[in-house]
Amino acid sequence: MLLFQAPVISADLIINGLLIGAIFALAAYGMALVWGVMNIINIAQGEFVMLGGYVAMILFWNGIHPLFSVAVAPFVLFFVGWALYKLVVFRVVDRDLFVSLLATFGLSILMQQLMNTVFTGNIQTAQSGLGTIQLGSISILSIKVVAFFFTIILGGCLVVFMRKSRLGQAIRATSQNARAARVLGVDTDKVYAVTFGLNAAICGAAGAMVAMAYSIHPYIGLPYTIRAFMIVVVAGLGNIAGVVLAGLGLGAAENVASFVLGTEFQLAFTFCLLVVVLVWRNTRLAAKRQYLK
Amino acid sequence: MNVPVRKLVGYAALLAFGVAAPYLFPAYHSQLAELWLFVVFALTWDLVGGQMGYNSFGNVLFIGVGTYACAVVQVGLFYNVANYTSSDGGDLTIYVFDATQFLTGLAVGLPVAAVVAGLVAIVFGSAVLGMRGHYFAICTLGLGVAAGQIAAGWDWIGAGGGMSSPNTPASLGDVTVLLYYLAFGLAVLTFIMIRALLSTRFGLALNAIRDDEDKAEAMGLPTIYIKVTAWAMAAVMLGISGGILGNLKRFIDPIDVAFAGETYGVWMVLMAILGGKGTLWGPVIGATVFQVLKEVFWTYLLGWQRVALGLMIVVIVVFFPQGILGWAREKFPEWFGHRIDRSRTGETAREPAE
Repeated sequence: MLLFQAPVISADLIINGLLIGAIFALAAYGMALVWGVMNIINIAQGEFVMLGGYVAMILFWNGIHPLFSVAVAPFVLFFVGWALYKLVVFRVVDRDLFVSLLATFGLSILMQQLMNTVFTGNIQTAQSGLGTIQLGSISILSIKVVAFFFTIILGGCLVVFMRKSRLGQAIRATSQNARAARVLGVDTDKVYAVTFGLNAAICGAAGAMVAMAYSIHPYIGLPYTIRAFMIVVVAGLGNIAGVVLAGLGLGAAENVASFVLGTEFQLAFTFCLLVVVLVWRNTRLAAKRQYLK
Repeated sequence: MNVPVRKLVGYAALLAFGVAAPYLFPAYHSQLAELWLFVVFALTWDLVGGQMGYNSFGNVLFIGVGTYACAVVQVGLFYNVANYTSSDGGDLTIYVFDATQFLTGLAVGLPVAAVVAGLVAIVFGSAVLGMRGHYFAICTLGLGVAAGQIAAGWDWIGAGGGMSSPNTPASLGDVTVLLYYLAFGLAVLTFIMIRALLSTRFGLALNAIRDDEDKAEAMGLPTIYIKVTAWAMAAVMLGISGGILGNLKRFIDPIDVAFAGETYGVWMVLMAILGGKGTLWGPVIGATVFQVLKEVFWTYLLGWQRVALGLMIVVIVVFFPQGILGWAREKFPEWFGHRIDRSRTGETAREPAE
C-alpha cells in the first residue's frame, strides 16, 4: 500500500534490488555450472563469496583500492577452489548426492569458522569512495552501479568462454556425458578441477563486489548459497537468460520485502521463499505426473 | 538362548550407568544431560534419514519450536509473556518462580512442546516430504533457518535478544540433575520406541521407502502417510528435547540455541553418520563419541574448536561415511549375526565355533 503511495521509494527499492540481483545471478551461474558438470550442489558457494569479500578487505586494509580486487579475488579463489577439489571434492564426485551435500556443508562451516577466528565476526565494508549518482530524485551509490556493470561484463565473458574456448567446450562436453567425453580424450578429472576452481573464481569476483557495494561478515555464506540454489531451481540448469532474470527478480523482491516487512525479516523472507519455491515446483511436478497417468 | 540374557545384562548395565552417572561425575551434569539430548537428536534424525532415506538438515525446526513452546508455557502460566520477554531492557522486574510453579510449568510445558512440534511436522510434512533427495535436504535446511529468522524478528518471544528460561527456584537445589533425568528418560524412551517401531511392519515400510519409494508406492504402501507419521514421531521427541534444552541452557537464543542449524542441525546428522547410519545403536554410539570429542575440542582447542569441528565433519563424511557400526559390520560380520559363505569369498573356509 505504502509502496504505491510513494513511487519514488518503490523505484529506488527495485533499482537497488536489481543491482544486487545481478550479483546473486553470478553466484547462481557458478552453482549451475558445478551442479550441471559434476552433479554436486555446493553448499560452500556462499563461503566462496565471503572469501572473495575478504580478499577485497585485505587489499583495502593494505591501502590498495578495492576495485582491483575484482581482478585479484578470482585468481585467489580459483586456487582455493582447485585446492579444495584436489583435497576433498574429488572424493565425493561419484558418490551419493547426500555425501557431497554434507561434505560441502562441512567445508562451508570450516571456512566460515576459520574466517570468524581470523577476522572476527564484525561486519566489514571495503570503502571505494566513489560517491553517489543522482537519477532524478533517486540517489544510488555509484559503486553499486559499477559492480552491476562489472557483473554483466564478467557474465558475458563467461558465456563466451564456455561457448568458444577449447576448455569451455570440454566442460560442456563433460556435463553432457562424462563417459563419452572421457572416451573422446577429455581429461574429466582436470575438467572437474577447473570447473570447481572456475566456480570459486566467479563467486570470488561476486564477493569482492559485495564487500565494496554492500558489506560482508563470516556468516553471510548460507543466504548466498540458498539464493543461488533458488535461482537455479527456478531457472533450470543451463538456462542463462533464466538465471539472470531470476537473479534480478530475487534481488528486487528481497529489497521490497525487507522494506515492507522490516529488515529483521529480510532473511526470513529469503528462506521462506526458498521453501515456497520448492513446494511450488514439487506440486507442479506432481500435477504433471498425475497427467501422465 | 544365552544371547538374550547377555543382551539383558548389557541393557541393565547401561541403564544403571545412566542412573548413576550424575553421582559418578558430579562436575559434568549439564554435559551428560546434553549427551542424552544428543542421543535423542541422532536417533530421531536416523529414523527419518537413515531408516527412511530422507536426509533432513532442518530437524532443528522441531527443537526450536519445542524450546519456545515450553518456555512460553512455563512463563505464560504465571506471567504475561510479552512483559516477561521485554523485561531485559528498561523495566527491571524480577520474575520469580517458586518450586511448584516451576515444576508445574515444566510438567505442562514439555507435553505442549511435544504436541506443537508434532503439529508443525504434520502441517509441513505433507508438502515437504513430497520432495526427494537434495531438494528435500535443502528445503528442510531452509525451513530451519527461516523459522530461526522469524523467531529472531518476533518481539513477543524476545526477538533477536532471545528469551531467558524461567529462573529456577533455590528450594529445588540443582535443577540440572532433574533435567538430566528427564533427558535420560527421554533418550531411553526414544530408543525403546524406535526399537519397537523397527520390528513392526511400519519399520519395514520405512526401509522400503528408503530402498525404492516408487516401488513401495506401487506395492500399495500409503507412502505419504508413513513418511509424515515417521517425521511427526521424530518431531514429538525433538520437541520435548527442545524444551529440556531450553531449560538446560538457561537462555534461549533464537539462532544459537533454539534453531541452531549450524550446530545441532549439522551435529545430529554427523552423530548418526559417525555411529552408523541406518542402525539402531549407531546414533547412540555416534552421539557419545561426538559429545566426548566436542568437549575435548572445547577444552584443548579453545578459539579453534569450531574450526576443528568443521574439519571433523569433512573428514568423517569424506573418509569414514560408513560409520563406526558400518565399519565393525564389515570387519566382524559375525557379531551382527551375518553368516558368511567363505567358500565364495575365496578365503579358506572356517567353521563357525558353535
